[in-house]
Amino acid sequence: MADLTVDIAGMDFRNPVTTASGCFGYGEEFRDFYDPGLLGGIFVKAVTGSNREGNKYPRMAETASGMLNSVGLQNKGVDNFCKVIYPVIKDFNTHIIVNVSGSTIDEYVMVAERINELERIPAIELNISCPNVKQGGMAFGTVPSTATEVTRAVREVYKKVLMVKLSPNVTSISEMAKAVVDGGADVLTLINTLLGMAINAETQRPLISTVTGGLSGPAIKPIALRMVWQVYRAVKVPIAGLGGIMNATDAIEFMLAGSSIIQVGTANFIDPMVAPKIIGGINEYLDRHNIASARDIIGALKAC
Amino acid sequence: MKKFAHDFKVVGNNRLNPRHFVLELQAPVTLPGILPGQFVQVLIHNSPSTFLRRPFSIHFVDYTKNTLRLLVQVKGEGSRHMGMLNIGDTMNLVYPLGNSFSVPSSDKVLLVGGGAGVAPLMFMGDYLNRKKIRPDFLVGFRSADEVSQIKEYSEYGKVYLSTDDGSMGEKGFVTQHSVLAHSTLPYDRIYCCGPDAMMHAVAKLAAVRGVPCEVSLENFMACGYGVCLCCITQTDKGNERVCMEGPVFEASRLKWQESE
Repeated sequence: MADLTVDIAGMDFRNPVTTASGCFGYGEEFRDFYDPGLLGGIFVKAVTGSNREGNKYPRMAETASGMLNSVGLQNKGVDNFCKVIYPVIKDFNTHIIVNVSGSTIDEYVMVAERINELERIPAIELNISCPNVKQGGMAFGTVPSTATEVTRAVREVYKKVLMVKLSPNVTSISEMAKAVVDGGADVLTLINTLLGMAINAETQRPLISTVTGGLSGPAIKPIALRMVWQVYRAVKVPIAGLGGIMNATDAIEFMLAGSSIIQVGTANFIDPMVAPKIIGGINEYLDRHNIASARDIIGALKAC
Repeated sequence: MKKFAHDFKVVGNNRLNPRHFVLELQAPVTLPGILPGQFVQVLIHNSPSTFLRRPFSIHFVDYTKNTLRLLVQVKGEGSRHMGMLNIGDTMNLVYPLGNSFSVPSSDKVLLVGGGAGVAPLMFMGDYLNRKKIRPDFLVGFRSADEVSQIKEYSEYGKVYLSTDDGSMGEKGFVTQHSVLAHSTLPYDRIYCCGPDAMMHAVAKLAAVRGVPCEVSLENFMACGYGVCLCCITQTDKGNERVCMEGPVFEASRLKWQESE
C-alpha cells in the first residue's frame, strides 16, 4: 500500500482524488453509492450572493466524448448554503471546499466573507471561469488585470486557503496563472470548461438554449493536460488539475503533468462509483511501479 | 429511496415491431422495492457518440424473476446497440431513480400513453391491479404496424386505442379519442406519459374537464441523480429537477414552454 497523502497549502489530503464543483452536488447525493469520507476532498456546487434560477432548458447536449452544458450557476444563494446545506455536510470526514461565484467583485467578496465564517470549510475555490453567465464568471478570468483585481479583493477578506479556478478560454494560461498568484491565490484549479457549441442540422437550431456552453469530458483532456503542464512550469503554487478524467490512468497523467490533487468532474455522471475506483487505481499504479508515495509523481513527467 | 449501480444480465430481448423492442434485465442482487414512474440510467458502452447514460422508464418489474423490463424505441446509436444485445450480455444500470405516480384515491383512473411513452403504464397497470384497481388505458400509436402489447394491457384493464392514420382503433391523436370527448369524464385522475406535445395536450384537456392529471417528463439529463442540474423543468416552485423532484409532476404545476 503506497502512501496516498498529499499536502497542499498546509492542507493534508488523505489522497489526491477530489470531486469537481458542479459534478457532485453537495456530496450528500452520493451517499447511496459510497462514503464521501473516502475522498481527498469535495468541491461543492457554486455558491453565489443570492438565489439564481440558472439558464433555460435545454441546458445540456451530448457531444463526441463529452458534453456541453449551460446550467448557469443555479443555486439558492450563500444564505441558504450557510443555514441549510452547511449543517448537513459539515461533518463529512473530508475537506469540503466551496466554489464561490458572482457577477461583481462585491458579490465575490460578500460570499467569500460569509464562507470564511464557516469553521469546517478550510478553503474556497474562486470561480472566475464559468462560461455560462451573462455577467461576471468567465469575464473575470480572461483578462489578467481583472483576474488579479478580483483575487486580491477576495484575498483581503478571506483568511483561509484561497484557490482560483482558471478558464481555458484564454490566449496564455500561464499569464492568467501568474495574474491570480499576484493577486494572492494559494492554489490554482484548472481547467474549467471550454466554450463550445452544438447544432442540430435537421432543425437548424442550437442544441442548448444559450447557443454556446461549456464543453467537458474526455474530449478536452489533451488541452487540460497541456495547460496543467504549462502552469506547473510558470508558477510555484500547487495545482488542482481536471478536465476529462475518467479513470486512474487519466488522474496519474494529470499528476505527472504537475497536479498535486485532481478533480473528477463529468465522469461522476457516468459512473457514480468512479472516484473510489480512481483512488484504488492510483494505489495499484504506485505499487506496480514501486513508487512509495503519490507525492513522488507530481510533476514527474520525463520531458524529452 | 436508496439508489444502486449494478451490472444486469440480459435475459430477454423481444422485438415488438421494427422500431420497438423490450429488454428484460436480471439484477445481480434482490431488487429493492420499485414504484411505477421510476426510471433507470443505462450505460451503453464506451463509444464516443454514446458518452452519457440513457434514461429509460421502467416498463415492468417481475420480482419472481428478479428482472426489470425496458421498452425501447430505436432512435440512435445507443438504442440500436441495446437492440443487438444477446441473452447473457450485461448492461450497467443506476436505479431506481426519480419519484413515482401517486396512489389514486379512487378506482376511476385513466392511463394515457403514446408511442414508446406507454412504457411505465404497463408497470402502473400491474401495480394498480395489486391495489384492486382496474384502470382504463388510452394508448396512441403512429399506425397499426406499431401497435403492440394490447393483449397484455387488456389483462390489467380496458384498452382504448387510437392511431394517427386510423389504420387501427380510432383515427387521430389520443386527445381526439371519443373516450375524452364528453364534458364530464368518468375519471378522478389521469396519468400520462408520452411525447411532450401529447402530454401538454392531454394536460390541457384534463384541466378543461376538471380532472387532475399527472405527467411523466422525459427531459435530457446527464446524471439522473440530482447533481448536474441539466434536466430542469419550470414549475410553480421555479426550476425543479426532472430526475429528482420528477419525472412525475402534477400537470397543473408545470409551466409548459412552447418547445415542450
